[in-house]
Amino acid sequence: MALSLKQRSVLPGFGLTMGFTLLYLSLIVLIPLSATFLKTAAMSWSQFWNTVTEPRALASYRLSFGASLIGAAINMVFGMLAAWVLVRYSFPGKRVVDAMVDLPFALPTAVAGITLTAVFARNGWIGSYLEPRGIKVAFTPLGVVVALTFIGLPFVVRTVQPVLQDLDAEIEEAAASLGASRWQTVTRVILPALLPALLTGFALAFARAVGEYGSVIFISGNMPMRTEITPLLIVTKLEQYDYAAATAIGVVMLVMSFALLFIINLLQWWSRRRYA
Amino acid sequence: MSIEVRHITKTFGDFTALKEVSLEIPTGELIALLGPSGSGKTTLLRVIAGLEVADPGSGAILFDGEDATSRSSRDRQVGFVFQHYALFRHMTIFENVAFGLRVRPRKVRPSESEIRERVSALLKLVQLDWLAARYPSQLSGGQRQRVALARALAVEPKVLLLDEPFGSLDAKVRKELRRWLRRLHDELHVTSVFVTHDQEEALEVADRVVVMNEGRVEQVGTPDQVYHHPANPFVYNFLGNVNLFNGRVEGGKVHIGDMAMELPEQMRPDAETAVVYVRPHLLEIDHQPTNTNHFRARVEHINPAGPLVKVELISEWGDPVQVEISQERYRDLRLKKDAEVFVTPKEKKIFVEKYSI
Repeated sequence: MALSLKQRSVLPGFGLTMGFTLLYLSLIVLIPLSATFLKTAAMSWSQFWNTVTEPRALASYRLSFGASLIGAAINMVFGMLAAWVLVRYSFPGKRVVDAMVDLPFALPTAVAGITLTAVFARNGWIGSYLEPRGIKVAFTPLGVVVALTFIGLPFVVRTVQPVLQDLDAEIEEAAASLGASRWQTVTRVILPALLPALLTGFALAFARAVGEYGSVIFISGNMPMRTEITPLLIVTKLEQYDYAAATAIGVVMLVMSFALLFIINLLQWWSRRRYA
Repeated sequence: MSIEVRHITKTFGDFTALKEVSLEIPTGELIALLGPSGSGKTTLLRVIAGLEVADPGSGAILFDGEDATSRSSRDRQVGFVFQHYALFRHMTIFENVAFGLRVRPRKVRPSESEIRERVSALLKLVQLDWLAARYPSQLSGGQRQRVALARALAVEPKVLLLDEPFGSLDAKVRKELRRWLRRLHDELHVTSVFVTHDQEEALEVADRVVVMNEGRVEQVGTPDQVYHHPANPFVYNFLGNVNLFNGRVEGGKVHIGDMAMELPEQMRPDAETAVVYVRPHLLEIDHQPTNTNHFRARVEHINPAGPLVKVELISEWGDPVQVEISQERYRDLRLKKDAEVFVTPKEKKIFVEKYSI
């Protein structure tokens, strides 16, 4: 039998849809991305290395990726909790709460940033209580974490929700009748079943947080070396007409994000394989 | 362990699933809860397991004479087998069976080698030891249900409760598994209760059958008792196909067409109407009228596939009548569609009140 790329299938339209998918991906994703690499290629290797490893850039990577990871991790825990409440219990106003979860999606990020800053600033609603106790949120790395947690919440909730809905209550009853305590049921039965969805939610929230710009720049204060995120650094370089440096940092971000997402995908593949 | 259910009532909102149900299950018996859907049989099983709480103040569940009403399902030491298996998808078959042992508090938890031994012995018992390393999704329905059973048995339950254990399996596997369950019970002698809506399954497997309807127990008895001596029309109706004939009562006799049948003595002689129930295989067909009670009918449809030939008739008063005759008799009679025949009931059951499912 001749080796053929096209497999016979009862579903028609493989050629058309596959062709369109490739074209679309190329136009939307690959071409802009390769332009980034092309632009960077204008620099020499040492120039590139110096640009992307200058202390200010390194500090911004630490903040961007660190705060994104922390934010995604916080969302993984509390997003799961929210999904649990929304799936397992019925209470008045459940639909409203359910709709509120999507607010961070819908709100323009700049509005979110200004709101968060106003709330957490020294004279804000929450900030006025926290600052006298020595907890500064606005204009600190903590503020960046708060903003990135805010924008990432819907991802975990929305990925875990359907899986939780599919998870039969019978599974929990079975565990209980076998003598498992509530804690054992959660850690040994429910969490492992939710793990792939949790990882997906984590990856999405993380990816979104790494690229987030609008909501962070207001609350962070943008002090170089302390509260400057990488996307802001890129914008700063652009404003200085240093396009090559901007794209160079962009490339580093791209590669790091890709590597992290790839690792998360591997983890997911590993945990999902067990379900077959 | 013996189980006693005393006056248990359970309501879900406006719906009453169980009405003052009382039941005694002696140690070591295999009991079937049989009834149509919505009869409350699964609810009763779940109340016994502690997965459902009976209405407050309604009654009690006793295990070995001790009140267990307020015990949680965790502390009741019951093994529960679900209709849809409820296996843990992310665990191997081995780990599924070992689960109940692994979650025990450290003091009473068996050692790793004991767990291995126990689980492999159980997997051998359910004839699945060669699948220990697989995941549930790689198994067939019948295999999964056997794993679920092994998992429930691993904690050495005093009672085994099975909720429609064979309900989602295909007919052939179902028959094999229920015979296997019977043999397993004969080996282990653990008090077992299983829920089913399949009368054949209940009659074949159980020591005693509890027939339920609309949240009440209609009859409790051995398969022979409930089948041959049904307490009421519902039980008779539910335990097999049946033909209903409405008759008038006059002078202690039930009249249907030209037939006249003695009304059983304990029946109310003052009743105006009575219903005669006859199973399809207890009706005889002939081309000639017999001198006993008989009625005329016309052949409407013949289905000769299967061990018995199913004949559909239209009686002289226009009602459909189902008859089952042997293949031999069918050949002798040379029945044709639209033929005129005479039907004689060989055995019948008369109830004064009518029942419809």
